[in-house]
Amino acid sequence: MGLEEYKGVFVFAQQVDNELSGIAFELLGKAKDLAKDLDTDVTAVLVGSDVKGLVDDLAKYGADKVIVVDDPELKDYRTEPYTHALASVINEYKPEIMLVGATAIGRDLGPRVSARVATGLTADCTVLEIGDFPLNPIPGKEQKHNQLLMTRPAFGGNTIATIACPDNRPQMATVRPGVMQKIDPIEGAKAEVIEFNPGFTPNDKYVEILDVVKSVSDVVDIMDAKILVSGGRGVGEEGFAMLRELADVLGGEVSCSRAVVDNGWQPKDLQVGQTGKTVRPNVYFAIGISGAIQHVAGMEESDIIIAINKDETAPIFDVADYGIVGDLNKIVPALTEKLKAVVK
Amino acid sequence: MKIVVCIKQVPDTKGGVKFNPDGTLDRGAMLTIMNPDDKAGLEAALRIKDEYGAEVTVLTMGLPKADEVLREAMAMGADKGILVTDRVLGGADTWATSTTIAGAIRNLDYDLIITGRQAIDGDTAQVGPQISEHLDIPVISYAQDIKIEGDSVIVQRQYDDRYHVVKAKMPCLITALSELNEPRYMTPGGIFDAYDAEVTTWGRKDLKDVDDSNLGLAGSPTKIAKASDKVRKGAGEKVTLDPEEAVNYIVDKLTEKHVI
Repeated sequence: MGLEEYKGVFVFAQQVDNELSGIAFELLGKAKDLAKDLDTDVTAVLVGSDVKGLVDDLAKYGADKVIVVDDPELKDYRTEPYTHALASVINEYKPEIMLVGATAIGRDLGPRVSARVATGLTADCTVLEIGDFPLNPIPGKEQKHNQLLMTRPAFGGNTIATIACPDNRPQMATVRPGVMQKIDPIEGAKAEVIEFNPGFTPNDKYVEILDVVKSVSDVVDIMDAKILVSGGRGVGEEGFAMLRELADVLGGEVSCSRAVVDNGWQPKDLQVGQTGKTVRPNVYFAIGISGAIQHVAGMEESDIIIAINKDETAPIFDVADYGIVGDLNKIVPALTEKLKAVVK
Repeated sequence: MKIVVCIKQVPDTKGGVKFNPDGTLDRGAMLTIMNPDDKAGLEAALRIKDEYGAEVTVLTMGLPKADEVLREAMAMGADKGILVTDRVLGGADTWATSTTIAGAIRNLDYDLIITGRQAIDGDTAQVGPQISEHLDIPVISYAQDIKIEGDSVIVQRQYDDRYHVVKAKMPCLITALSELNEPRYMTPGGIFDAYDAEVTTWGRKDLKDVDDSNLGLAGSPTKIAKASDKVRKGAGEKVTLDPEEAVNYIVDKLTEKHVI
């Protein structure tokens, strides 16, 4: 495999129900940085059925080219036809970098594609940059330049590792939603559109979708919230009403820790942390949250972290900008009342 | 019906994490447990065994001491245990790991392969789908419910805002979520039997249709450039206040930072 044949930064532009997922724009934002460092361009790979209408949005957020794989077999996500689509695009267009969102779709598609095209895949990356591998020259060993260096947390957020894929192409990564920044949209931007269809012939690997059951709750995406009022076990099931009032006054949303979801008090969509969502709001209130590492991994990038907890040894105070040791059941309602007067 | 369940002995991440000088994990130095998602996968297999009758084989790749996790699985009700262990397999990334496990599974008859969604040490969720690709069978990831219907499985496949009810013809591979079930405990008789049970040990030579260049650290496309303990931002202010003072304190900070 001639590695130098592989050019360009590609992103998998995830769509669901013909609506682009936020991660598609986030990946484009990061891809633009990487492409600049490599002096190359950004290509979005759009896979679905009747999805051509989404091309301009991808251009607006930084795609120079869009490869569209459009086929009725691609209507709802299924591993095999989507793997065939993306692996065929890689084999045909040979990108040096292929980014996929670390979503419930991407974490299935990415590994299957990487195994098919025989390259490495680094999961759930939080930092991507171009650099040398090895990082420092080692006598007797070639140091390769312009490599994708992929950084990811592991061991429940206890450690971070930086990983390279020096001898295989493309360099593939899945990227945690909510971490990369999308660019400000460029109105009127146009991308070169390439239509590509490798042919889709159903076989036993094309599983049959008998039913699609959407969650009934119309919960907002906590990853978009500027202010999050997040509750943990210490809040208790009833206490979430009080958090909601505080969030409403501030124009924010309510989120929660894993313990709350495990207890069935709040839906999984609201869970922040390693096994939930990564959030980076302007203000994150951690209320009655002890601050287990797996929770902190999902919120430590917030601009301002305010923690309220009665246990002064709670690890949440190690990451909080402002930590208050006190009774949340008294502080939260009083804070809401006070803010009602202040915020008009 | 024959089911293969892939399980992994993982460091208990509540304990400390230790590294070898090359940046790979020093697994020998850490306390271990059966990976939780894998345990749910095993429980799913055992429930199929209870309901329809099945032979459940557990397979793990790891250090020789990973036979502990096979014995735990057998004490829960698995019929056979296979340990894949060999010095040349060490330091494998997900590509080399999935290549190895697929090479082992090629020796077995199976209708269904169940793996956990992800292991708590790596959190990658990659090995299950990659095994299925190497074996050229369908995969259904993120299973929250599994039913058998004739020669097919019917699985609830979880997504962010929905689930799909998916039907696949066996053989296929399913990755299990911890939410799938509450794993059973080992039985005293089971523990006794598992202690004496024979665990099959396979090495490099037992892997079928696998090239040396795809194994172990050398056969891993991804390489660790560096690994370190996470550096976190330091603690800010911590104050102990009565409720009224606390409210004023928070409002002051929000005002100072132009939030309100």
